[in-house]
Amino acid sequence: MTFTMKQAGLALAMTGALSSVALTAQAQDEVQKGGTAVIHMISEQRILNPGLRASTGVYNITGKIMEPLIDKSYEGYEPVLATEWSGSDDGLTVTLKLREGVNWHDGEPFTCDDVAFSAIELWKKLLNYSSALQANLESVDCPDPHTAVFNYSKPMPIELFVAAMPDLGHPVPKHLFEGTDILKNEYNTAPVGTGPFKFVEYQRGQYVLAEKNEDYWREGYPYLDRIVWRFIKDKSAAAAALEAGEVHESGFIGVSMADVARFGEDDRFDVGTQGYENNVAHSTVEFNHRNPILADLKVRQAMYHGLDIDYAIQTIMHGYAKPGRGPVPSAGGINYTDDVPTYDYDPELAKQMLDEAGYPVQDDGYRFHLKHRPAPWGEYTQLWAEYYAQAMKEIGIDVEILTNDAPGFLNGVYRDHDFDTANGWHQFRSDPAVSTMVWLRSGQPEGTPWTNQFGWKDEEMDAMIDAAASELDVQKRAEMYHEIQAREMAELPVIFAIEHPFISVTSKKLHNHHNTPRWNSSSWYDLWLEQ
Amino acid sequence: MTLHMPPILTYALRRLIQAIPVVILIMIGTFLLLKLAPGDTVDALVGDMGGADAAFIARLRAEYGLDQPIWVQLWRYMVKLASFDFGWSFVYEQPVATVLMDRLGTTLMLMAASLSIAFTAGIVLGAIAARRAYSATDNLISILGLVFYATPSFFLSLMLMLVFSVKLGWLPVGGIKTIAAFYTGWDHVWDVVRHLIMPTTALSLIYLAFYLRLMRASVMEVADLDYVRTARAKGAREGRLMTHHIMRNALLPVVTLLGLQFSTVLGGSIVVETIFTLPGLGQLAYQSVVQRDMNTLMGIIFLCAIIVVVVNFLTDLLYARLDSRIELA
Repeated sequence: MTFTMKQAGLALAMTGALSSVALTAQAQDEVQKGGTAVIHMISEQRILNPGLRASTGVYNITGKIMEPLIDKSYEGYEPVLATEWSGSDDGLTVTLKLREGVNWHDGEPFTCDDVAFSAIELWKKLLNYSSALQANLESVDCPDPHTAVFNYSKPMPIELFVAAMPDLGHPVPKHLFEGTDILKNEYNTAPVGTGPFKFVEYQRGQYVLAEKNEDYWREGYPYLDRIVWRFIKDKSAAAAALEAGEVHESGFIGVSMADVARFGEDDRFDVGTQGYENNVAHSTVEFNHRNPILADLKVRQAMYHGLDIDYAIQTIMHGYAKPGRGPVPSAGGINYTDDVPTYDYDPELAKQMLDEAGYPVQDDGYRFHLKHRPAPWGEYTQLWAEYYAQAMKEIGIDVEILTNDAPGFLNGVYRDHDFDTANGWHQFRSDPAVSTMVWLRSGQPEGTPWTNQFGWKDEEMDAMIDAAASELDVQKRAEMYHEIQAREMAELPVIFAIEHPFISVTSKKLHNHHNTPRWNSSSWYDLWLEQ
Repeated sequence: MTLHMPPILTYALRRLIQAIPVVILIMIGTFLLLKLAPGDTVDALVGDMGGADAAFIARLRAEYGLDQPIWVQLWRYMVKLASFDFGWSFVYEQPVATVLMDRLGTTLMLMAASLSIAFTAGIVLGAIAARRAYSATDNLISILGLVFYATPSFFLSLMLMLVFSVKLGWLPVGGIKTIAAFYTGWDHVWDVVRHLIMPTTALSLIYLAFYLRLMRASVMEVADLDYVRTARAKGAREGRLMTHHIMRNALLPVVTLLGLQFSTVLGGSIVVETIFTLPGLGQLAYQSVVQRDMNTLMGIIFLCAIIVVVVNFLTDLLYARLDSRIELA
């Protein structure tokens, strides 16, 4: 008998597959019930109602207590409180079948009335990002307690609706909110949901505690008895808490990058970006196009050529990132393309282009001077700003960094336009229509943070964005976003330099962690702790 | 008819009346100063949220009264404050009074423990150093004092954490109690004490150095005075000399410092509370600045102003008790 390399490979693969099956089976057998998982959070959330505040920090806690209609798994969109969904041909109605036999934590049944109330009173009127998404929502009908029909005055692409639901589709219990001042409702800080964990207490400045929901609709879940979210502002203290075993997980880059690297070599921890595919952010360079120098496309292109993106990825982000390709990140699914103009690192070409644009080196050794504001969103933004300033110096541009806190940054850049360049940290939220397009579309209300306040207006781009937002054909819509990406990369109103998911450090005592693309926001019904 | 009040009450009343314009000026000054900082609560809130649209931002601003002119905001605030209404914290979504009361206990515990340790150890070590001036003991104590004084509290805190929590596993990293342990009775008390050991040590070591240096100098100065020499000549024993003649007088400047430093310790607790995630006023003050939570911050400053006025009043009383030449007038 001849044993070929191919057969050997096959045998190896089969052994691997079998042992992986065995390991999975073993892991399933070994599930340990009970215990308290302690999660680090760097900032306190205060409002614990995802129907009122769209924020990954809020979901990190409330995702376990209040569930969305639809969630996202690695296999695609997953039914949670809605079991089926469909859109009409004209795009004017979206129909949802709701899960039956689900109760709120106070024992009241979950029905279409809750969805209709939440959609009209919270998602359309009060919820950030959602009020733009649901602007054309006219009513929600309840033909029976478990069917909800959303009626729109303009077509709503079903893909957009579904993509938005994991973040922007959390119903609240109508019986606890109706007839109250919703913004001051006591349940905004003491959430009542349908999730695997029930809210117990919120000690300001310290922690939030939730305990197992014994009546959870998924039989046999959850595994954990409790979850504690501890607020630790200081990153070094958070790292110490992880090492001392007092905390099991720190997400959203809750410890310093130096500690991330250290934990990466410690076999007691899992370190990585898995589970954040839906929370990809871009490190940017934003231009103030009111400055005539920066209004010149050739200057912006030259500046892009002056940035060594790979170097920045390796040194600042320790390799946990990739080069950006415009406003849609590679995790953007069908709407993403990498077939766009790119700008290789070439400082000599950058210098030549700046010379050609009419900005030769002056007597002081610089071509021109820029005032730069970095957003204070974390370690990346500050380090990226410092690298950017160094890189620009190499090609003869002097960049002065003006450090400020969050309110100072938001006012300086978005309201007062007191900057030449800025760098932020912008999150992509599943679909371009509900996230990155607001940085490119002109006519954004004056002074609104995270929108195009850069003085950049391109009528063709505006028309493309509007058309894509209401296109019902999935393929056609994706092609439109590919064109938008290509045009953005050609015109460079903003440099979407680097796309990076967040990084988590997780104790290996936790199992089934980071197993969905928005794990920190998901319900953790299958998470268990080795005791 | 003349109203006769005991001198101490007259004194207290006068101090109270003097304190009112001081506190009003502090509040107005703080309010205006905070308004000079760029951005407001809404900016900080949407910064935390990672984004919000224009309508949402405008609605929040109107809701919080931040769309009104600054003078209107100040007037409204001061009128409310006159009836001890500290307003609503838009960040914590609770009345400011509730937020403050939740935190006051932790800070008072931390401050009382730190100052007691720093004061007691400071005067004892200072007195020992002075009595053995220029000896090896004095040098050791003085050098240690200088090292503690020169070490930043955040560094000291992190080092304590590294040694006693990460390496030795003896003490908890932070917080005020073990969450979800549901201790009661003495177990709860012991749990809180364990959580306070490192923050108290970090905070007290720095202030210990102050008292040590001052006490050393003060004892050395008093020990040289005529009445001490006379007492010694009359055959008073060293121990009695120290407790009855030197310490009592040497303590005067140290007690003054204690009163003055109360507010400084409150400031120092910001760093320590933030690192050890102690839910106290220091941590709250830091968060309130970052969040531009005006009402809460104003509430903290009001509370601090009152605490400092009260502590200084108590210090004066103590002063009069230590030195009978001083009269409250």
